Amino acid sequence: MQHDNLVEIEDVAFGYGARQVLKGVNLTAKRGQVIAIMGSSGCGKTTLLRLIGGQIKPGQGTVRVAGESVGELDPASLYRLRRKMGMLFQFGALFTDMSVFDNVAFQLREHTDLPEDAIRDLVLMKLHAVGLRGAAQLMPAELSGGMARRVALARAIALEPMLVMYDEPFAGLDPISLGVTGNLIRRLTDTLGLTSLVVTHDVQESLKIVDYVYFVSEGVIVAEGSADDIRASDLPFVHQFVHGEADGPVPFHYPAPSYAVDLRLGG
Amino acid sequence: MLKRSIENLGNRTIQGVWRIGFAARFFLAMLLHSGTAFRRFGLTVREMYFSGVLSLIIILVSGLFVGMVLGLQGYETLQRFGSESALGTLVALSLVRELGPVLAGLLFASRAGSAITAEIGLMKATEQLSAMEMMAVDPIARVVAPRFWAGVISMPLLAALFSAMGIFGGYLVGVHLIGVDEGTFWSQMKSSVDFEQDILNGVIKSAVFGVTITTIALFEGYDAPPTAEGVSGATTRTVVTSSLAVLALDFVLTAFMFRGLN
Amino acid sequence: MNRTVLDLWVGLFVIAGVAALLFLALKVGSTSAVNTSDSYEVVARFENIGGLKPRAPVKSAGVVVGRVADIRFDNETYEAAVTLRLDKRYAFPKDTIAAIMTSGLLGEQYVGLEAGGDSAKLKDKDRILITQDAVVLENLIGHFLYGKAQEGAPQ
Repeated sequence: MQHDNLVEIEDVAFGYGARQVLKGVNLTAKRGQVIAIMGSSGCGKTTLLRLIGGQIKPGQGTVRVAGESVGELDPASLYRLRRKMGMLFQFGALFTDMSVFDNVAFQLREHTDLPEDAIRDLVLMKLHAVGLRGAAQLMPAELSGGMARRVALARAIALEPMLVMYDEPFAGLDPISLGVTGNLIRRLTDTLGLTSLVVTHDVQESLKIVDYVYFVSEGVIVAEGSADDIRASDLPFVHQFVHGEADGPVPFHYPAPSYAVDLRLGG
Repeated sequence: MLKRSIENLGNRTIQGVWRIGFAARFFLAMLLHSGTAFRRFGLTVREMYFSGVLSLIIILVSGLFVGMVLGLQGYETLQRFGSESALGTLVALSLVRELGPVLAGLLFASRAGSAITAEIGLMKATEQLSAMEMMAVDPIARVVAPRFWAGVISMPLLAALFSAMGIFGGYLVGVHLIGVDEGTFWSQMKSSVDFEQDILNGVIKSAVFGVTITTIALFEGYDAPPTAEGVSGATTRTVVTSSLAVLALDFVLTAFMFRGLN
Repeated sequence: MNRTVLDLWVGLFVIAGVAALLFLALKVGSTSAVNTSDSYEVVARFENIGGLKPRAPVKSAGVVVGRVADIRFDNETYEAAVTLRLDKRYAFPKDTIAAIMTSGLLGEQYVGLEAGGDSAKLKDKDRILITQDAVVLENLIGHFLYGKAQEGAPQ
């Protein structure tokens, strides 16, 4: 069944014991789009990705991918669904005991019966798409951060998934790698017809490539819109975030008693 | 103050019990998902290299020295009763029944067990296990189960090698260094060591130790907090817990197996 | 590490381990002398078995011909009934004597069989009629002291 909305998150809440991480989130992602999920650290962005991937179940609400409710799937169906999803972890999460080639070939070898020749061709094609075909025989320990993430991206698209999730793909990269990564995300989404969900707090890079943005703060969506909408927004939180202001709705000072009292001056 | 420490103790006990339950479920999950470990035996073989082959040096050298010391100390004590001829028996029985399985187990726990915990812990901390899950490959079947079976298969082999080296060491010291008669050494040994009672029981012990040590090592790694301190704490816990478990199980198994001799 | 080199090392390790096990089994240990399939059982009754234990050897002319399979107490005759499992290769006459001996002066005890002259042989489930009890050290010392006391007493 062709759904226009690949991912639908309806009124989802999730928490660990007393701590409620998400308190009623509504989000949709259309096919073929690059969607960014932004917010400050620890606001629940990564939790959303894990809910979509079925690693955790929502306490309330439904998470639907391609029409199927992820939280209610049995293990076999969940695994079947995961083969159509790719995930790029924050620092690559490459298997350190295998070469770059074996890392990309991993899913092909585990889930298909393709002969080694076919696998070889596919792996080299994926590596070529990310520009690292020449690095096929290197070990993960020999790669720079940016290269490791590109290999992880090649690995994530190995089985031509319909959805790719990126957990902070821009974190800690130099300007050139930033440009390369952003460019890759947009290009792959367009040429492979994927849907990309990018969790990030890098405003500048992501606003260049996204179709739609969701802002998460304190467990709820506080703002959403196209890249232009967000740039023009005058919501205090969005404004502080986009323009990198030191103080605003997210305070500079950690809660503390009055300064004068602390320095034992008046009071 | 007292109330706080009692609360603490109660809390830690509950945590401990909860953890044991979790470990038991983990153990069952490992057994249930062992199909891959056997269908793709190459994975298990690879782990046997890392657990078994890389432990060979320490096992063989330790076995040799333990056997040599047994020879020296054994002779010193036996000759006071004029029973030097029983040296072969002493060395062989001590090694095969107890020292082989137990010492090989302790060495395996500290060398291979800690390595397994650190490896799995790091894989968890760097999200490799999560990545595998997201790629629809069950990490327990692909990563944990092969290591388990590799450990279970390697332990009896290592214990046998330890005992064999030990007997050889005892022979070197007893016959060549001290001068006990070679024929007496071997014939006395042969007539007092029984295959079923002593050797088979020793093999069973080492298999049980293999299961215990590997399970603890894998569980601690899998359950480790994904930080540097978390992994290092887990590694230490593996060595301590599995060493204690080996010694405790040794007592239980010995009481069970060697009771019938009287 | 190359796949094939790794396999080679593991193969060598397994071979070494199995070889060690075989070494222990064959050169160091001895399998139980008698298997149930090629053996037959006879019973011998004793008034005192001393320190005889199950699995103790049964020897004749110093050679192991079987093992003690079972030791029971007969509540009616107040005797010990010892079942001896003997190797089928060796047949003993019906009037064989079974005695409990000690290896060396203070060693472990075993059953010694001294063949008689009967042409009829013992069969499975037969009974050995003539037995000799274990020598109990305390009784021996008691006899010795008694004998010495007798010697010294005035006639």
